Amino acid sequence: MNTEKNIKTLIVKKPLKLDCGKTIKDFPIAYETYGSLNSKKDNAILVFHALTGDQFVTGINPVTNKEGWWSYAVGPDKAIDTNKYFIICSNVIGGCMGSYGPSHKDPDQKIFGTNFPVITINDMVNAQYNLLDHFGIDKLFSITGGSMGGMQVLQFISNFPDKSKTVIPIATTSSHSAQNIAFNELGRQAITADSNWKDGNYTSNDTNPGKGLAVARMAAHITYLSKKGLQEKFGRKLQEREDLKFGFDADFQIESYLRYQGSVFVDRFDANSYLYITRAMDYFDLAKQFNGNLSEAFINTNAKFFIISFTSDWLYPTQENKDIVIALNSIGADVGFVEIESDKGHDSFLLDVPDFLSALKNFLDKSYEEN
Amino acid sequence: MKNEFQVIADLIEKDKKVLDVGCADGTLMKFLKDNKNINIRGLEISKEKVQECIAKGLTVIEGNAEKDLKQFPDKSFDYVVLSQTLQAFLNPELVLDELLRVGKKAIVTIPNFGYWKVRFHLLFKGTMPITKTLPDEWYNTPNLHMCTIKDFFHFVKSKDIKIFKSLALNNLNKSRINQSNLGVKNLFADLGIFLIEK
Repeated sequence: MNTEKNIKTLIVKKPLKLDCGKTIKDFPIAYETYGSLNSKKDNAILVFHALTGDQFVTGINPVTNKEGWWSYAVGPDKAIDTNKYFIICSNVIGGCMGSYGPSHKDPDQKIFGTNFPVITINDMVNAQYNLLDHFGIDKLFSITGGSMGGMQVLQFISNFPDKSKTVIPIATTSSHSAQNIAFNELGRQAITADSNWKDGNYTSNDTNPGKGLAVARMAAHITYLSKKGLQEKFGRKLQEREDLKFGFDADFQIESYLRYQGSVFVDRFDANSYLYITRAMDYFDLAKQFNGNLSEAFINTNAKFFIISFTSDWLYPTQENKDIVIALNSIGADVGFVEIESDKGHDSFLLDVPDFLSALKNFLDKSYEEN
Repeated sequence: MKNEFQVIADLIEKDKKVLDVGCADGTLMKFLKDNKNINIRGLEISKEKVQECIAKGLTVIEGNAEKDLKQFPDKSFDYVVLSQTLQAFLNPELVLDELLRVGKKAIVTIPNFGYWKVRFHLLFKGTMPITKTLPDEWYNTPNLHMCTIKDFFHFVKSKDIKIFKSLALNNLNKSRINQSNLGVKNLFADLGIFLIEK
Protein backbone atom coordinates (compact mmCIF):
# COMPACT_ATOMS: atom_id res chain seq x y z
CA MET A 1 0.00 0.00 0.00
CA ASN A 2 3.03 2.29 0.33
CA THR A 3 2.94 2.90 -3.39
CA GLU A 4 -0.32 4.88 -3.09
CA LYS A 5 0.36 8.26 -4.61
CA ASN A 6 -1.37 10.20 -1.83
CA ILE A 7 0.83 8.90 0.93
CA LYS A 8 3.69 11.07 2.17
CA THR A 9 6.60 9.03 3.38
CA LEU A 10 9.72 9.70 5.39
CA ILE A 11 12.47 7.13 4.95
CA VAL A 12 14.25 6.74 8.28
CA LYS A 13 17.89 6.05 7.52
CA LYS A 14 19.01 5.80 11.13
CA PRO A 15 18.97 2.24 12.52
CA LEU A 16 16.29 1.64 15.15
CA LYS A 17 16.87 -1.08 17.69
CA LEU A 18 13.53 -2.71 18.50
CA ASP A 19 12.52 -4.14 21.88
CA CYS A 20 12.53 -7.65 20.37
CA GLY A 21 16.27 -7.26 19.76
CA LYS A 22 16.18 -6.82 15.98
CA THR A 23 17.32 -3.62 14.28
CA ILE A 24 15.55 -1.97 11.38
CA LYS A 25 16.87 0.79 9.13
CA ASP A 26 15.95 2.61 5.91
CA PHE A 27 12.33 2.05 6.75
CA PRO A 28 9.33 4.19 5.73
CA ILE A 29 7.08 6.17 8.03
CA ALA A 30 3.92 7.38 6.32
CA TYR A 31 2.60 10.66 7.68
CA GLU A 32 0.16 13.47 7.04
CA THR A 33 0.06 17.06 8.28
CA TYR A 34 -2.71 19.64 8.71
CA GLY A 35 -2.42 23.39 9.27
CA SER A 36 0.95 25.12 9.05
CA LEU A 37 4.04 25.25 11.18
CA ASN A 38 4.67 28.81 12.37
CA SER A 39 8.04 30.54 12.13
CA LYS A 40 8.84 29.87 15.80
CA LYS A 41 7.95 26.22 15.24
CA ASP A 42 6.13 26.19 18.57
CA ASN A 43 2.63 25.23 17.39
CA ALA A 44 3.09 21.59 16.45
CA ILE A 45 0.88 18.85 17.83
CA LEU A 46 1.79 15.22 17.31
CA VAL A 47 -1.34 13.07 17.19
CA PHE A 48 -1.07 9.31 17.72
CA HIS A 49 -3.69 7.04 16.22
CA ALA A 50 -5.42 4.06 17.80
CA LEU A 51 -5.41 0.38 16.75
CA THR A 52 -7.18 0.74 13.42
CA GLY A 53 -6.48 4.41 12.73
CA ASP A 54 -3.97 5.90 10.35
CA GLN A 55 -2.25 9.18 9.53
CA PHE A 56 -5.36 10.63 7.87
CA VAL A 57 -6.76 12.34 10.95
CA THR A 58 -9.31 14.65 9.35
CA GLY A 59 -10.82 15.61 6.02
CA ILE A 60 -11.28 12.89 3.43
CA ASN A 61 -8.89 9.98 3.68
CA PRO A 62 -7.49 9.76 0.11
CA VAL A 63 -7.11 5.98 0.27
CA THR A 64 -10.51 5.02 1.71
CA ASN A 65 -12.42 8.12 0.55
CA LYS A 66 -14.02 8.25 4.00
CA GLU A 67 -13.87 10.94 6.69
CA GLY A 68 -10.68 10.92 8.75
CA TRP A 69 -10.96 9.13 12.11
CA TRP A 70 -10.78 12.30 14.22
CA SER A 71 -12.76 14.67 12.02
CA TYR A 72 -14.92 15.74 14.96
CA ALA A 73 -11.91 16.97 16.91
CA VAL A 74 -9.45 18.18 14.30
CA GLY A 75 -10.04 20.92 11.71
CA PRO A 76 -10.49 24.66 11.29
CA ASP A 77 -11.92 26.16 14.53
CA LYS A 78 -12.39 22.69 15.98
CA ALA A 79 -10.99 21.46 19.32
CA ILE A 80 -7.61 20.89 17.73
CA ASP A 81 -7.72 23.95 15.54
CA THR A 82 -5.86 23.61 12.26
CA ASN A 83 -5.99 27.41 11.85
CA LYS A 84 -3.77 27.66 14.90
CA TYR A 85 -1.80 24.47 15.17
CA PHE A 86 0.32 22.30 12.93
CA ILE A 87 -0.89 18.74 13.30
CA ILE A 88 1.33 15.80 12.45
CA CYS A 89 0.15 12.21 12.50
CA SER A 90 1.94 9.14 11.23
CA ASN A 91 0.94 5.57 10.63
CA VAL A 92 2.48 3.34 13.33
CA ILE A 93 5.15 0.88 12.30
CA GLY A 94 3.48 -2.49 11.98
CA GLY A 95 0.55 -0.69 10.36
CA CYS A 96 -0.83 -0.92 6.84
CA MET A 97 -1.19 2.66 5.60
CA GLY A 98 2.32 3.08 4.27
CA SER A 99 4.55 2.71 7.32
CA TYR A 100 6.91 -0.23 7.64
CA GLY A 101 4.77 -3.27 8.35
CA PRO A 102 4.10 -6.94 7.66
CA SER A 103 2.78 -6.26 4.13
CA HIS A 104 6.16 -4.78 3.17
CA LYS A 105 8.90 -6.76 1.50
CA ASP A 106 12.00 -8.00 3.28
CA PRO A 107 15.49 -7.41 1.81
CA ASP A 108 15.00 -10.57 -0.30
CA GLN A 109 11.87 -9.01 -1.86
CA LYS A 110 9.61 -11.49 -0.08
CA ILE A 111 6.57 -10.14 1.75
CA PHE A 112 7.28 -10.19 5.48
CA GLY A 113 3.99 -11.58 6.77
CA THR A 114 4.69 -12.92 10.25
CA ASN A 115 8.43 -12.65 9.63
CA PHE A 116 8.08 -8.96 10.37
CA PRO A 117 9.63 -8.29 13.79
CA VAL A 118 7.20 -8.03 16.70
CA ILE A 119 6.96 -4.36 17.57
CA THR A 120 6.00 -2.51 20.75
CA ILE A 121 4.47 0.84 21.66
CA ASN A 122 8.00 1.91 22.57
CA ASP A 123 9.24 1.01 19.06
CA MET A 124 6.33 2.94 17.52
CA VAL A 125 7.15 6.19 19.31
CA ASN A 126 10.89 5.84 18.79
CA ALA A 127 10.21 5.53 15.07
CA GLN A 128 7.86 8.52 15.05
CA TYR A 129 10.36 10.67 16.92
CA ASN A 130 12.22 10.99 13.63
CA LEU A 131 9.43 13.26 12.39
CA LEU A 132 10.56 16.00 14.79
CA ASP A 133 13.97 16.11 13.12
CA HIS A 134 12.33 15.94 9.73
CA PHE A 135 10.30 19.09 10.43
CA GLY A 136 13.05 20.79 12.46
CA ILE A 137 10.86 20.95 15.55
CA ASP A 138 12.76 21.18 18.81
CA LYS A 139 9.74 20.98 21.08
CA LEU A 140 6.15 20.07 20.33
CA PHE A 141 3.33 22.14 21.76
CA SER A 142 1.33 19.03 22.49
CA ILE A 143 1.04 15.30 22.04
CA THR A 144 -2.33 13.61 22.15
CA GLY A 145 -4.23 10.50 21.23
CA GLY A 146 -6.90 8.15 22.52
CA SER A 147 -6.79 4.45 23.32
CA MET A 148 -3.57 3.02 21.84
CA GLY A 149 -2.84 6.62 20.82
CA GLY A 150 -2.88 7.48 24.52
CA MET A 151 -0.40 4.68 25.25
CA GLN A 152 1.94 6.20 22.68
CA VAL A 153 1.47 9.62 24.30
CA LEU A 154 2.57 8.22 27.68
CA GLN A 155 5.50 6.32 26.19
CA PHE A 156 6.61 9.32 24.11
CA ILE A 157 6.79 11.73 27.05
CA SER A 158 8.55 9.09 29.12
CA ASN A 159 11.17 8.55 26.38
CA PHE A 160 11.47 12.22 25.43
CA PRO A 161 10.55 14.17 28.59
CA ASP A 162 11.45 17.65 27.27
CA LYS A 163 9.96 17.30 23.81
CA SER A 164 6.40 18.42 24.48
CA LYS A 165 4.92 21.28 26.50
CA THR A 166 1.57 19.60 27.05
CA VAL A 167 0.50 15.98 27.13
CA ILE A 168 -3.07 14.75 26.60
CA PRO A 169 -3.64 11.02 26.99
CA ILE A 170 -7.31 10.14 26.36
CA ALA A 171 -9.31 7.03 27.31
CA THR A 172 -6.20 4.97 27.81
CA THR A 173 -4.14 2.95 30.26
CA SER A 174 -0.56 2.66 31.43
CA SER A 175 -0.78 -1.11 31.42
CA HIS A 176 -2.97 -3.30 29.22
CA SER A 177 -5.42 -5.23 31.40
CA ALA A 178 -6.11 -8.98 31.32
CA GLN A 179 -9.57 -8.26 29.93
CA ASN A 180 -8.12 -6.22 27.08
CA ILE A 181 -5.46 -8.81 26.30
CA ALA A 182 -8.29 -11.37 26.23
CA PHE A 183 -10.29 -9.37 23.70
CA ASN A 184 -7.23 -8.89 21.53
CA GLU A 185 -6.50 -12.62 21.69
CA LEU A 186 -10.05 -13.32 20.56
CA GLY A 187 -9.45 -11.14 17.51
CA ARG A 188 -6.15 -12.77 16.72
CA GLN A 189 -7.62 -16.24 17.04
CA ALA A 190 -10.41 -15.29 14.63
CA ILE A 191 -7.81 -14.21 12.08
CA THR A 192 -5.49 -17.17 12.45
CA ALA A 193 -8.42 -19.62 12.37
CA ASP A 194 -9.31 -18.37 8.88
CA SER A 195 -7.87 -20.92 6.42
CA ASN A 196 -6.94 -18.05 4.12
CA TRP A 197 -4.53 -16.69 6.70
CA LYS A 198 -1.97 -19.40 5.79
CA ASP A 199 0.39 -18.62 8.67
CA GLY A 200 0.43 -15.04 7.49
CA ASN A 201 1.60 -15.87 3.98
CA TYR A 202 -1.49 -14.73 2.11
CA THR A 203 -0.62 -12.52 -0.80
CA SER A 204 -3.37 -11.35 -3.09
CA ASN A 205 -6.69 -9.86 -2.10
CA ASP A 206 -8.85 -12.79 -3.11
CA THR A 207 -7.20 -15.14 -0.68
CA ASN A 208 -6.80 -12.86 2.32
CA PRO A 209 -8.30 -13.89 5.68
CA GLY A 210 -11.17 -11.40 5.38
CA LYS A 211 -13.67 -13.50 7.28
CA GLY A 212 -11.43 -13.88 10.28
CA LEU A 213 -10.49 -10.22 10.24
CA ALA A 214 -14.18 -9.23 10.01
CA VAL A 215 -15.02 -11.35 13.07
CA ALA A 216 -12.09 -9.77 14.93
CA ARG A 217 -13.44 -6.34 14.06
CA MET A 218 -17.01 -7.23 15.06
CA ALA A 219 -15.93 -8.50 18.47
CA ALA A 220 -13.71 -5.47 19.03
CA HIS A 221 -16.41 -3.09 17.88
CA ILE A 222 -18.72 -4.27 20.65
CA THR A 223 -16.06 -3.36 23.20
CA TYR A 224 -15.91 0.19 21.86
CA LEU A 225 -19.60 0.83 22.63
CA SER A 226 -21.64 0.74 25.81
CA LYS A 227 -24.58 -1.46 26.69
CA LYS A 228 -26.77 1.59 27.10
CA GLY A 229 -25.62 3.09 23.81
CA LEU A 230 -26.30 -0.16 21.95
CA GLN A 231 -29.68 -0.58 23.58
CA GLU A 232 -30.73 2.96 22.71
CA LYS A 233 -29.48 2.81 19.15
CA PHE A 234 -30.61 -0.71 18.22
CA GLY A 235 -32.65 -2.25 21.00
CA ARG A 236 -34.32 -5.32 19.50
CA LYS A 237 -35.18 -3.56 16.26
CA LEU A 238 -35.43 -5.85 13.24
CA GLN A 239 -33.48 -5.38 10.04
CA GLU A 240 -35.76 -4.60 7.08
CA ARG A 241 -38.31 -7.23 8.07
CA GLU A 242 -41.60 -7.36 9.90
CA ASP A 243 -40.91 -10.42 11.96
CA LEU A 244 -38.29 -12.97 12.93
CA LYS A 245 -37.33 -15.28 10.06
CA PHE A 246 -36.40 -18.35 12.12
CA GLY A 247 -32.99 -18.60 10.51
CA PHE A 248 -29.48 -17.30 10.87
CA ASP A 249 -29.64 -14.28 8.65
CA ALA A 250 -29.26 -10.92 10.27
CA ASP A 251 -32.73 -10.55 11.81
CA PHE A 252 -31.70 -7.81 14.19
CA GLN A 253 -30.33 -4.41 13.26
CA ILE A 254 -27.41 -4.87 15.60
CA GLU A 255 -26.38 -8.01 13.69
CA SER A 256 -26.58 -6.24 10.39
CA TYR A 257 -24.65 -3.29 11.81
CA LEU A 258 -21.83 -5.50 13.08
CA ARG A 259 -21.64 -7.43 9.81
CA TYR A 260 -21.36 -4.14 7.97
CA GLN A 261 -18.64 -2.90 10.33
CA GLY A 262 -16.73 -6.14 9.74
CA SER A 263 -17.07 -6.01 5.97
CA VAL A 264 -15.94 -2.41 5.50
CA PHE A 265 -13.01 -2.96 7.82
CA VAL A 266 -11.46 -5.74 5.73
CA ASP A 267 -11.37 -3.44 2.72
CA ARG A 268 -9.01 -1.07 4.48
CA PHE A 269 -7.05 -3.14 6.97
CA ASP A 270 -4.44 -5.85 6.79
CA ALA A 271 -4.97 -8.94 8.94
CA ASN A 272 -1.29 -9.33 9.80
CA SER A 273 -1.12 -5.68 10.87
CA TYR A 274 -4.04 -6.39 13.18
CA LEU A 275 -2.03 -9.19 14.79
CA TYR A 276 1.05 -7.02 15.19
CA ILE A 277 -0.65 -3.94 16.54
CA THR A 278 -2.85 -5.77 19.05
CA ARG A 279 0.30 -7.55 20.27
CA ALA A 280 2.01 -4.19 20.78
CA MET A 281 -0.94 -3.06 22.91
CA ASP A 282 -0.86 -6.26 24.98
CA TYR A 283 2.85 -5.85 25.65
CA PHE A 284 2.35 -2.28 26.86
CA ASP A 285 3.12 -1.95 30.56
CA LEU A 286 4.78 1.38 31.27
CA ALA A 287 5.10 0.79 35.01
CA LYS A 288 6.97 -2.47 34.36
CA GLN A 289 9.56 -0.51 32.38
CA PHE A 290 10.27 1.35 35.65
CA ASN A 291 10.30 -1.59 38.06
CA GLY A 292 6.63 -1.25 38.82
CA ASN A 293 6.72 2.44 39.72
CA LEU A 294 4.71 4.34 37.11
CA SER A 295 5.68 7.73 38.58
CA GLU A 296 9.28 7.07 37.56
CA ALA A 297 8.17 7.14 33.92
CA PHE A 298 7.37 10.83 34.28
CA ILE A 299 9.97 11.96 36.80
CA ASN A 300 12.04 13.91 34.26
CA THR A 301 9.31 15.90 32.55
CA ASN A 302 7.95 19.36 33.33
CA ALA A 303 5.14 18.96 30.81
CA LYS A 304 1.58 19.88 31.68
CA PHE A 305 -0.68 16.82 31.60
CA PHE A 306 -4.41 16.70 30.94
CA ILE A 307 -6.04 13.30 31.23
CA ILE A 308 -9.53 12.57 29.95
CA SER A 309 -11.74 9.52 30.49
CA PHE A 310 -15.39 8.69 29.74
CA THR A 311 -18.06 7.41 32.11
CA SER A 312 -19.28 4.60 29.85
CA ASP A 313 -15.84 3.42 28.68
CA TRP A 314 -15.47 -0.08 30.09
CA LEU A 315 -12.48 -0.96 27.90
CA TYR A 316 -10.22 1.73 29.34
CA PRO A 317 -12.27 2.67 32.38
CA THR A 318 -11.90 5.86 34.40
CA GLN A 319 -9.96 4.09 37.13
CA GLU A 320 -7.17 3.10 34.74
CA ASN A 321 -6.91 6.71 33.58
CA LYS A 322 -6.98 7.89 37.18
CA ASP A 323 -4.06 5.59 37.99
CA ILE A 324 -1.99 7.76 35.65
CA VAL A 325 -3.25 10.89 37.43
CA ILE A 326 -2.30 9.37 40.79
CA ALA A 327 1.19 8.47 39.56
CA LEU A 328 1.66 12.05 38.35
CA ASN A 329 0.31 13.63 41.53
CA SER A 330 2.61 11.54 43.65
CA ILE A 331 5.58 13.30 42.04
CA GLY A 332 3.95 16.74 42.08
CA ALA A 333 3.55 16.91 38.30
CA ASP A 334 1.22 19.45 36.72
CA VAL A 335 -1.83 17.32 35.97
CA GLY A 336 -5.49 17.98 35.31
CA PHE A 337 -8.14 15.31 34.95
CA VAL A 338 -11.74 15.17 33.82
CA GLU A 339 -14.17 12.30 33.35
CA ILE A 340 -16.64 13.14 30.58
CA GLU A 341 -20.25 12.02 30.88
CA SER A 342 -21.12 10.03 27.77
CA ASP A 343 -23.03 6.85 26.93
CA LYS A 344 -21.03 6.29 23.74
CA GLY A 345 -18.49 3.99 25.38
CA HIS A 346 -14.79 3.88 24.51
CA ASP A 347 -15.56 5.36 21.09
CA SER A 348 -16.63 8.62 22.80
CA PHE A 349 -13.28 10.20 22.02
CA LEU A 350 -13.90 9.75 18.28
CA LEU A 351 -17.46 11.05 18.31
CA ASP A 352 -19.34 14.29 18.69
CA VAL A 353 -19.25 14.58 22.48
CA PRO A 354 -19.47 18.35 23.12
CA ASP A 355 -18.15 18.34 26.72
CA PHE A 356 -15.12 16.39 25.60
CA LEU A 357 -14.43 18.57 22.59
CA SER A 358 -14.80 21.81 24.56
CA ALA A 359 -12.54 20.57 27.38
CA LEU A 360 -9.91 19.59 24.81
CA LYS A 361 -10.18 22.92 23.01
CA ASN A 362 -10.10 24.98 26.20
CA PHE A 363 -7.10 23.13 27.56
CA LEU A 364 -5.13 23.50 24.32
CA ASP A 365 -6.03 27.11 23.61
CA LYS A 366 -5.49 28.34 27.19
CA SER A 367 -2.18 26.48 27.43
CA TYR A 368 -1.09 27.97 24.11
CA GLU A 369 -1.98 31.50 25.29
CA GLU A 370 0.30 30.99 28.28
CA ASN A 371 3.18 30.08 26.00
CA MET B 1 -14.68 38.78 44.17
CA LYS B 2 -15.84 37.66 47.57
CA ASN B 3 -14.29 39.33 50.57
CA GLU B 4 -13.50 35.88 51.87
CA PHE B 5 -11.25 35.22 48.87
CA GLN B 6 -9.38 38.48 49.42
CA VAL B 7 -8.73 37.46 53.02
CA ILE B 8 -7.52 34.02 51.90
CA ALA B 9 -5.28 35.62 49.28
CA ASP B 10 -3.78 37.89 51.96
CA LEU B 11 -2.81 34.85 54.00
CA ILE B 12 -0.73 33.32 51.18
CA GLU B 13 2.67 34.64 50.12
CA LYS B 14 3.72 34.97 46.48
CA ASP B 15 5.13 32.05 44.44
CA LYS B 16 3.68 29.32 46.63
CA LYS B 17 2.21 25.97 45.67
CA VAL B 18 -1.46 25.73 46.62
CA LEU B 19 -4.23 23.12 46.38
CA ASP B 20 -7.81 24.41 46.42
CA VAL B 21 -10.02 21.57 47.64
CA GLY B 22 -13.57 21.94 46.33
CA CYS B 23 -12.43 24.72 44.03
CA ALA B 24 -15.87 25.12 42.38
CA ASP B 25 -15.70 27.30 39.24
CA GLY B 26 -12.13 28.34 40.00
CA THR B 27 -12.77 31.99 40.95
CA LEU B 28 -10.36 31.85 43.89
CA MET B 29 -7.78 29.89 41.91
CA LYS B 30 -7.85 32.38 39.08
CA PHE B 31 -7.47 35.27 41.51
CA LEU B 32 -4.49 33.65 43.23
CA LYS B 33 -2.87 32.67 39.96
CA ASP B 34 -3.21 36.10 38.37
CA ASN B 35 -2.37 38.22 41.42
CA LYS B 36 0.19 36.23 43.35
CA ASN B 37 1.84 34.04 40.72
CA ILE B 38 0.71 31.08 42.71
CA ASN B 39 1.13 27.58 41.32
CA ILE B 40 -2.38 26.39 42.03
CA ARG B 41 -4.29 23.16 41.50
CA GLY B 42 -7.93 22.45 42.19
CA LEU B 43 -9.88 19.38 43.22
CA GLU B 44 -13.56 19.51 42.35
CA ILE B 45 -16.35 16.94 42.37
CA SER B 46 -18.78 18.63 39.97
CA LYS B 47 -18.22 17.88 36.27
CA GLU B 48 -19.83 21.16 35.31
CA LYS B 49 -17.55 23.17 37.59
CA VAL B 50 -14.50 21.27 36.36
CA GLN B 51 -15.36 22.37 32.83
CA GLU B 52 -15.60 25.99 34.00
CA CYS B 53 -12.13 25.72 35.54
CA ILE B 54 -10.68 24.28 32.33
CA ALA B 55 -12.26 27.14 30.39
CA LYS B 56 -10.37 29.53 32.71
CA GLY B 57 -7.11 27.74 31.93
CA LEU B 58 -6.81 26.31 35.43
CA THR B 59 -5.34 22.95 36.40
CA VAL B 60 -8.13 20.99 38.01
CA ILE B 61 -8.60 17.36 38.94
CA GLU B 62 -12.11 15.98 38.99
CA GLY B 63 -12.44 14.08 42.23
CA ASN B 64 -13.87 13.63 45.68
CA ALA B 65 -11.88 15.12 48.56
CA GLU B 66 -12.95 12.31 50.87
CA LYS B 67 -11.33 9.71 48.59
CA ASP B 68 -8.89 11.46 46.34
CA LEU B 69 -6.71 13.52 48.68
CA LYS B 70 -4.79 10.39 49.57
CA GLN B 71 -2.99 10.40 46.22
CA PHE B 72 -1.05 13.53 47.18
CA PRO B 73 2.19 12.98 49.07
CA ASP B 74 2.80 14.42 52.55
CA LYS B 75 3.41 18.17 52.61
CA SER B 76 3.34 18.41 48.81
CA PHE B 77 1.64 21.82 48.89
CA ASP B 78 2.58 24.96 50.82
CA TYR B 79 -1.10 25.64 51.45
CA VAL B 80 -4.27 23.65 51.09
CA VAL B 81 -7.44 25.74 50.97
CA LEU B 82 -10.89 24.50 51.93
CA SER B 83 -13.51 27.19 51.53
CA GLN B 84 -16.90 26.64 53.19
CA THR B 85 -16.94 22.93 52.43
CA LEU B 86 -15.85 21.13 55.61
CA GLN B 87 -19.44 20.86 56.85
CA ALA B 88 -20.50 19.07 53.66
CA PHE B 89 -18.28 16.02 54.10
CA LEU B 90 -19.42 12.68 55.50
CA ASN B 91 -16.33 12.66 57.67
CA PRO B 92 -14.98 16.18 58.23
CA GLU B 93 -12.42 15.03 60.76
CA LEU B 94 -10.80 12.70 58.23
CA VAL B 95 -10.75 15.43 55.59
CA LEU B 96 -9.17 17.88 58.01
CA ASP B 97 -6.46 15.33 58.83
CA GLU B 98 -5.84 14.84 55.11
CA LEU B 99 -5.62 18.59 54.47
CA LEU B 100 -2.97 18.90 57.14
CA ARG B 101 -1.06 15.91 55.84
CA VAL B 102 -1.00 17.12 52.23
CA GLY B 103 -0.41 20.79 53.03
CA LYS B 104 2.33 22.36 55.11
CA LYS B 105 -0.47 24.68 56.21
CA ALA B 106 -4.21 24.66 55.65
CA ILE B 107 -6.70 27.49 55.33
CA VAL B 108 -10.19 26.41 56.33
CA THR B 109 -13.21 28.66 56.25
CA ILE B 110 -16.50 27.74 57.91
CA PRO B 111 -19.97 29.26 57.75
CA ASN B 112 -20.70 30.05 61.40
CA PHE B 113 -23.83 28.40 62.79
CA GLY B 114 -23.37 30.49 65.93
CA TYR B 115 -23.97 33.75 64.02
CA TRP B 116 -26.70 35.78 65.68
CA LYS B 117 -28.95 35.80 62.61
CA VAL B 118 -28.84 32.00 62.54
CA ARG B 119 -29.69 31.83 66.23
CA PHE B 120 -32.50 34.36 65.88
CA HIS B 121 -33.93 32.57 62.90
CA LEU B 122 -34.23 29.31 64.80
CA LEU B 123 -35.29 30.97 68.04
CA PHE B 124 -38.05 33.19 66.67
CA LYS B 125 -39.12 31.57 63.42
CA GLY B 126 -38.64 28.04 64.65
CA THR B 127 -37.47 26.85 61.21
CA MET B 128 -34.03 25.88 59.96
CA PRO B 129 -31.94 29.02 59.47
CA ILE B 130 -31.37 30.44 56.00
CA THR B 131 -28.73 33.16 55.66
CA LYS B 132 -26.32 34.51 53.06
CA THR B 133 -23.72 31.85 53.88
CA LEU B 134 -26.35 29.15 54.49
CA PRO B 135 -28.71 29.68 51.55
CA ASP B 136 -30.28 26.21 51.25
CA GLU B 137 -33.40 24.66 52.72
CA TRP B 138 -33.04 21.82 55.22
CA TYR B 139 -34.11 19.25 52.65
CA ASN B 140 -31.68 20.23 49.91
CA THR B 141 -28.67 21.54 51.77
CA PRO B 142 -25.35 19.80 51.07
CA ASN B 143 -24.35 20.55 54.66
CA LEU B 144 -24.20 17.53 56.93
CA HIS B 145 -22.08 18.72 59.85
CA MET B 146 -22.77 22.36 60.67
CA CYS B 147 -20.61 23.87 63.39
CA THR B 148 -19.96 27.21 65.03
CA ILE B 149 -16.71 29.16 65.15
CA LYS B 150 -16.48 28.12 68.79
CA ASP B 151 -16.98 24.43 67.92
CA PHE B 152 -14.27 24.55 65.29
CA PHE B 153 -11.92 26.47 67.58
CA HIS B 154 -12.28 23.86 70.32
CA PHE B 155 -12.12 20.97 67.87
CA VAL B 156 -8.85 22.16 66.38
CA LYS B 157 -7.34 22.74 69.85
CA SER B 158 -8.40 19.26 70.98
CA LYS B 159 -6.57 17.73 68.02
CA ASP B 160 -3.34 19.57 68.85
CA ILE B 161 -3.56 21.51 65.63
CA LYS B 162 -1.68 24.80 65.69
CA ILE B 163 -3.75 27.89 64.86
CA PHE B 164 -1.61 30.55 63.22
CA LYS B 165 -4.39 32.94 62.50
CA SER B 166 -8.10 32.88 63.12
CA LEU B 167 -10.24 35.58 61.61
CA ALA B 168 -13.88 36.47 61.95
CA LEU B 169 -15.61 37.89 58.93
CA ASN B 170 -18.84 39.82 58.94
CA ASN B 171 -19.59 41.34 55.56
CA LEU B 172 -16.56 43.53 54.97
CA ASN B 173 -15.33 43.55 58.55
CA LYS B 174 -12.42 41.33 59.37
CA SER B 175 -11.20 40.84 62.94
CA ARG B 176 -8.99 38.50 64.94
CA ILE B 177 -10.45 35.69 67.00
CA ASN B 178 -8.73 34.68 70.23
CA GLN B 179 -9.58 32.75 73.37
CA SER B 180 -10.92 35.84 75.17
CA ASN B 181 -13.21 37.22 72.45
CA LEU B 182 -14.37 33.85 71.15
CA GLY B 183 -17.91 34.20 72.53
CA VAL B 184 -18.43 37.59 70.91
CA LYS B 185 -16.94 36.61 67.54
CA ASN B 186 -19.03 33.46 67.57
CA LEU B 187 -22.10 35.65 67.80
CA PHE B 188 -21.24 38.40 65.33
CA ALA B 189 -19.26 36.73 62.53
CA ASP B 190 -20.98 34.81 59.76
CA LEU B 191 -17.73 33.28 58.57
CA GLY B 192 -14.62 31.98 60.35
CA ILE B 193 -11.26 31.74 58.57
CA PHE B 194 -8.52 29.61 60.13
CA LEU B 195 -4.88 29.22 59.14
CA ILE B 196 -3.74 25.99 60.76
CA GLU B 197 -0.85 23.54 60.79
CA LYS B 198 -0.12 20.12 62.25
